[in-house]
Amino acid sequence: MLQVLAPSGERLPEPQLDPWLQDLDGADGAAVLAGLYEDMVVIRRIDAEATALQRQGELALWPPLLGQEAAQIGSGRALRQDDFVFSSYRENGVAYCRGVDLSQILRVWRGNASSGWDPFAINMATPQIIIGAQTLHAVGYAMGIQFDGADAAAVAYFGDGATSEGDVNEAMVFAASYQAPAIFFCQNNHWAISEPVSLQSHITLAERAGGFGIPHLRVDGNDVLAVLAATRIALDRARQGGGPSFIEAVTYRMGPHTTADDPTRYRDANELEDWAAKDPIARLERHLEATGVLDDALRQRVADKADEVAAVVRAGVISMPEPEALDVFKHVYAEPNPWLDRQEDHYRRYLDQFDHSGATAGATTEGGRR
Amino acid sequence: MATMTFARAINAGLRRAMEADPKVLLMGEDIGSLGGVFRITDGLQKDFGAHRVLDTPLAESGIIGTAVGLAYRGYRPVCEIQFDGFIYPAFDQIVSQVAKLHYRTQGLVKVPLTIRVPFGGGIGSPEHHSESPEAYFTHTSGLRVISVSNPQDAYTMIQQAIACDDPVLYFEPKRRYHDRGDVDESVDPATALSLGSAQVLTEGRDVTLVTYGPLVKTALDVAVAAGDEGVSVEVIDLRSLSPVDYPVVEASVRKTGRLVITHEAGQNGGLGAEIAASITERCFHYLEHAPVRVTGFDIPYPYSKLESHHLPDLDRILDGVDRAMGRANSLSNLPGADD
Repeated sequence: MLQVLAPSGERLPEPQLDPWLQDLDGADGAAVLAGLYEDMVVIRRIDAEATALQRQGELALWPPLLGQEAAQIGSGRALRQDDFVFSSYRENGVAYCRGVDLSQILRVWRGNASSGWDPFAINMATPQIIIGAQTLHAVGYAMGIQFDGADAAAVAYFGDGATSEGDVNEAMVFAASYQAPAIFFCQNNHWAISEPVSLQSHITLAERAGGFGIPHLRVDGNDVLAVLAATRIALDRARQGGGPSFIEAVTYRMGPHTTADDPTRYRDANELEDWAAKDPIARLERHLEATGVLDDALRQRVADKADEVAAVVRAGVISMPEPEALDVFKHVYAEPNPWLDRQEDHYRRYLDQFDHSGATAGATTEGGRR
Repeated sequence: MATMTFARAINAGLRRAMEADPKVLLMGEDIGSLGGVFRITDGLQKDFGAHRVLDTPLAESGIIGTAVGLAYRGYRPVCEIQFDGFIYPAFDQIVSQVAKLHYRTQGLVKVPLTIRVPFGGGIGSPEHHSESPEAYFTHTSGLRVISVSNPQDAYTMIQQAIACDDPVLYFEPKRRYHDRGDVDESVDPATALSLGSAQVLTEGRDVTLVTYGPLVKTALDVAVAAGDEGVSVEVIDLRSLSPVDYPVVEASVRKTGRLVITHEAGQNGGLGAEIAASITERCFHYLEHAPVRVTGFDIPYPYSKLESHHLPDLDRILDGVDRAMGRANSLSNLPGADD
């Protein structure tokens, strides 16, 4: 497993990755490191705020990313705007890197919409719930990049559990066959809800990619610099026409699978303690303290930014407009559909029987038949 | 006007769609140098290149899933599923991704995908090669499902399907691939009868006979045979299975008062059940008899020596017409039968 930052925060020599981190040693190095630190702190704060909102009944559900900040920021910040991301439902840190409107990120989890952003505005598909299905979309998109003669890449994010799905395996077959500029970014967070990674594979997940003829790197996923370097390597390969890559970022989901989950039923408290010692933010903090980058002023600036972002998230959720009843029929088809038009017409007539005050939401409970 | 086989008509339609739009590309197993197992894509890879006619790995979910990604990138992929029974590995991608992406993204992502499926029986194939899975897809919102029955429609509707911004399942009756018919290649798909329209093929007074795909030819034979027995049958080719063009069927049933629906797929939960229910709701007071279904049995598709028993044929459909007419039929002496 490749590592640049030890859990102590010490920078280790890593011949394979170091050439891809030269900007950290240049004049702007401190600024780059400070940026990564800020991003990780901010997304941890978004995560905590969303968890709180769920506990307060403002969100139906939330999938926390606690512990996976380095994997998401390290990879997300390596991307270019014309790259395209196809993710699972936990990659809110990546969405943050893509520039998502934060007030929109929680719409899905509040139940106000099936998607939270315009995929083409930030070049990131909306979160995929079906495990692994998005990896094929990424490979198809990458094939399109290739046909267009562009030098962008498509990145598929998925977890350790997804590697057992047929789609992920088919995606690797297609990517290798066409040498598509696709990156398979696996966050091995050790748990697929209650199922340990040992149930998915008896070899490392990265090694599996080798069986498909896909070059692979296994990095410490709690080491933001190792993740950044590995993603840069894969992106460079994709842009040079070198085909797909697979990155296994070995990390740990410190929270539950979602807020509906109880990890104490299936995992040992000691395991969590071991991983807490490898916390990705604490590690970077130690490094930045040791190198003099992190001082009180930076600490305060980052804390203020996190507060500000959290406030935006909270305000966005609480002020979100309720959808209209007839929105349920919208966008099923791109072109007119008489079957659905008829159902909509009948439902409109049904709603019209009730007092108009109750017609927009929950007519059956709030209305009153005339 | 040229005379060509059904298979050739689809090929010509694909060719024209590819000429018209450089974003149209074909994907599937064996569709390149072989031209597909039914030769529907014959010569297209040679003329358009391997990046427009892609031989894919043998992975149906992979074909459809990568096509979704290509649609994100602005392409209009046409996927060939080699045989009806092979569509199931792609089921998740079709019903959870292809069908729902437009809804999921509030209309921001369009999936103008065409999925060609050679379907139906009657060619003596082994299992998994003769199925009629259309009801799985008509039950799925977000998909359009069509089935073609003649070379002209095959030519026109493949172009319409590709031009459609919704995903379209295009069911091709494989036992009709070698039937010949006139095809007017100058027809403009934009002004031709729309993809969602049914078509009355023969006018009749007594019974409305609704079908699609492989059984349209049989239904036309039924109309002739019934005519010889003094029953006037109006044959409707649905063309679109989702949505069904109910106004055309309704108008016919209001005139005839009797409805027979026939398809190769099994009866339970099939399209015939849906049409019978919908027409009963819409035309109850016009009906002289309960709608009658003549369908394949609710069995796995049988081995080929038995398939002639499973598939509705001229005589079984005529028997259904007799039931709708209240004439002597196979169920006349059934205890408790109302006819």
